[in-house]
Amino acid sequence: MNNINSVLENDEKIIFRLRELYSKYGYMKYRMSKFEEYDLYVRNKDFLVSENIITFTDVDGKLMALKPDVTLSIIKNSREDTASVQKMYYNENVYRASSETRAFKEIMQTGLEAIGDIDDYCICEVVMLAAKSLECISKDYILDISHMGIVSQAMEGIEISLNGKTALLKALGEKNVGGISAVCAAEGIDEKSTDLLKKLVTVYGAPDKVIEKLKSLPQAEKFSDAIKQLENITEMLTLVGCADKVRIDFSVVNDMGYYNGVVFKGFVNGVPEGVLSGGQYDNLMRKMSRKSGAIGFAVYLDLLERIYEDSHDYDVSTVLLYDEDAKLCDVNNAVKKLIDKGETVIAQKTKPEKLTYKKLVRLCKTEVEEIENNA
Amino acid sequence: MKTMLNVALPKGRLGEKVYAMFEKAGFECPSIKETNRKLIFENKEKGIRYFWVKPSDVAIYVEHGAADIGVAGKDILLEYEPDIYELLDLDIGKCRMAVAGKKDFRDNTQKTLRVATKFSNIAKNYYASIGREIDIIHLNGSIEIAPILGLSDVIVDIVETGTTLKENNLEVLEEIVPISARLIANKASFKFKNEQIEKILQSMTCQMEDKK
Repeated sequence: MNNINSVLENDEKIIFRLRELYSKYGYMKYRMSKFEEYDLYVRNKDFLVSENIITFTDVDGKLMALKPDVTLSIIKNSREDTASVQKMYYNENVYRASSETRAFKEIMQTGLEAIGDIDDYCICEVVMLAAKSLECISKDYILDISHMGIVSQAMEGIEISLNGKTALLKALGEKNVGGISAVCAAEGIDEKSTDLLKKLVTVYGAPDKVIEKLKSLPQAEKFSDAIKQLENITEMLTLVGCADKVRIDFSVVNDMGYYNGVVFKGFVNGVPEGVLSGGQYDNLMRKMSRKSGAIGFAVYLDLLERIYEDSHDYDVSTVLLYDEDAKLCDVNNAVKKLIDKGETVIAQKTKPEKLTYKKLVRLCKTEVEEIENNA
Repeated sequence: MKTMLNVALPKGRLGEKVYAMFEKAGFECPSIKETNRKLIFENKEKGIRYFWVKPSDVAIYVEHGAADIGVAGKDILLEYEPDIYELLDLDIGKCRMAVAGKKDFRDNTQKTLRVATKFSNIAKNYYASIGREIDIIHLNGSIEIAPILGLSDVIVDIVETGTTLKENNLEVLEEIVPISARLIANKASFKFKNEQIEKILQSMTCQMEDKK
């Protein structure tokens, strides 16, 4: 049935490719309800991308929400008792307010989560799958990897107010060297720590080069665990041939209250924002009183429609015109014959305006005669 | 073919100064100096395309990726909080965001303060940070007139020399934040056109240091 492929839209093809990829590595499809108790999101508000949630009252009076996020639901429903790692993937719609249009949007999201006693292999596998997911979307992609361990170590020991910390993280995320200096000066942070933070946001590039630079920092010892982990990930990505698409970028700062280890963000050429985002979120697990660790990512499929030009040259391959007095069975026969030839057919009494087609044919009694051929 | 780097420049004097910096960085585009009404100029050899847009729109072009990099005032970045990289403070187009009011204005803290401004978000954040309740009256221009006509108690606006304020019998009551032009980049473009952007960034950083 090669017909199926021609009917599928590009984003649908991507969904299938991603599902194939995840199931190959033993991730199970996780299907969940569209609704979730609102309470779950109130308790973890900071984790959500936007605070606006669509809520409604269920028949029993409970306040429910249309899911703005999938990860929280997966954690909530994950089991604690197994010693092994639960590997799951999902493909769900989430509902979020867009900060730009100030209106709710339905966003198709695909992602995967590994929850349990996650080890080095597991972390590397998830990062590798993130790279492979991007490859499914476009050959021209970049995966930015950062490590919250390094960023939080660099910020450890400096005394900073809550507002200052927010401002500092924002400046880090913007690669705003001037902003970092300003915040640090205002908060009275010593020059050494300021310098380190500035260096971290300006090192950007291929993993081996950045790791080299990290090792040469005077504070390198503090980061040795994180550096080791980054080296492991690089090794794994080299093995699968994705290493040249990876950059280390410490401006990827996700919320420290939730993420602890490696965090990453994926870009494909042609989409102005990140299409993939994820990381290790043991801290979130603690907040939800789980003992195990977790890592995962999400792919935002709604952003992808822009990178594909419409590949169809015409709306339909054949327009079949029939008269008022044409017999039902004759029209049906004619349409069926064309379909069997592999055409797509629209039967109309008059030619629709603005419709593009390859062939225009008219049904005369039982015979089909060609009027126009654009092929 | 070389990939083109799209640069959004703010129309006006600031934009011309900024273009001079790009020129010095080795990304000249001679056709830009011709006086006509064209908005887009490109130099295929250098792989660069400039376009003039309204200064307050630069950040929008960059955030949506229509421009890879651009130059925008810090006021715009604070107001719209676009999701971009802020790579460099260019130290030009300097002014400050300030609260201004009539010369004899005395803040009555028992009342809600009425603030007229083009920069609603900045005003809101500033007054929230000092815990003052305000009503925001959003205006699009001639802000200075608002306190004179009693539309508002004070205004939040950009102050460059203070001449407009003085001529309208107003004065700066409080400074909120200093403003200057910033080099900004789209987050995805920064990765895919990294080499070109880094080159511009480095050259501009050097130019800034030379000036000092």
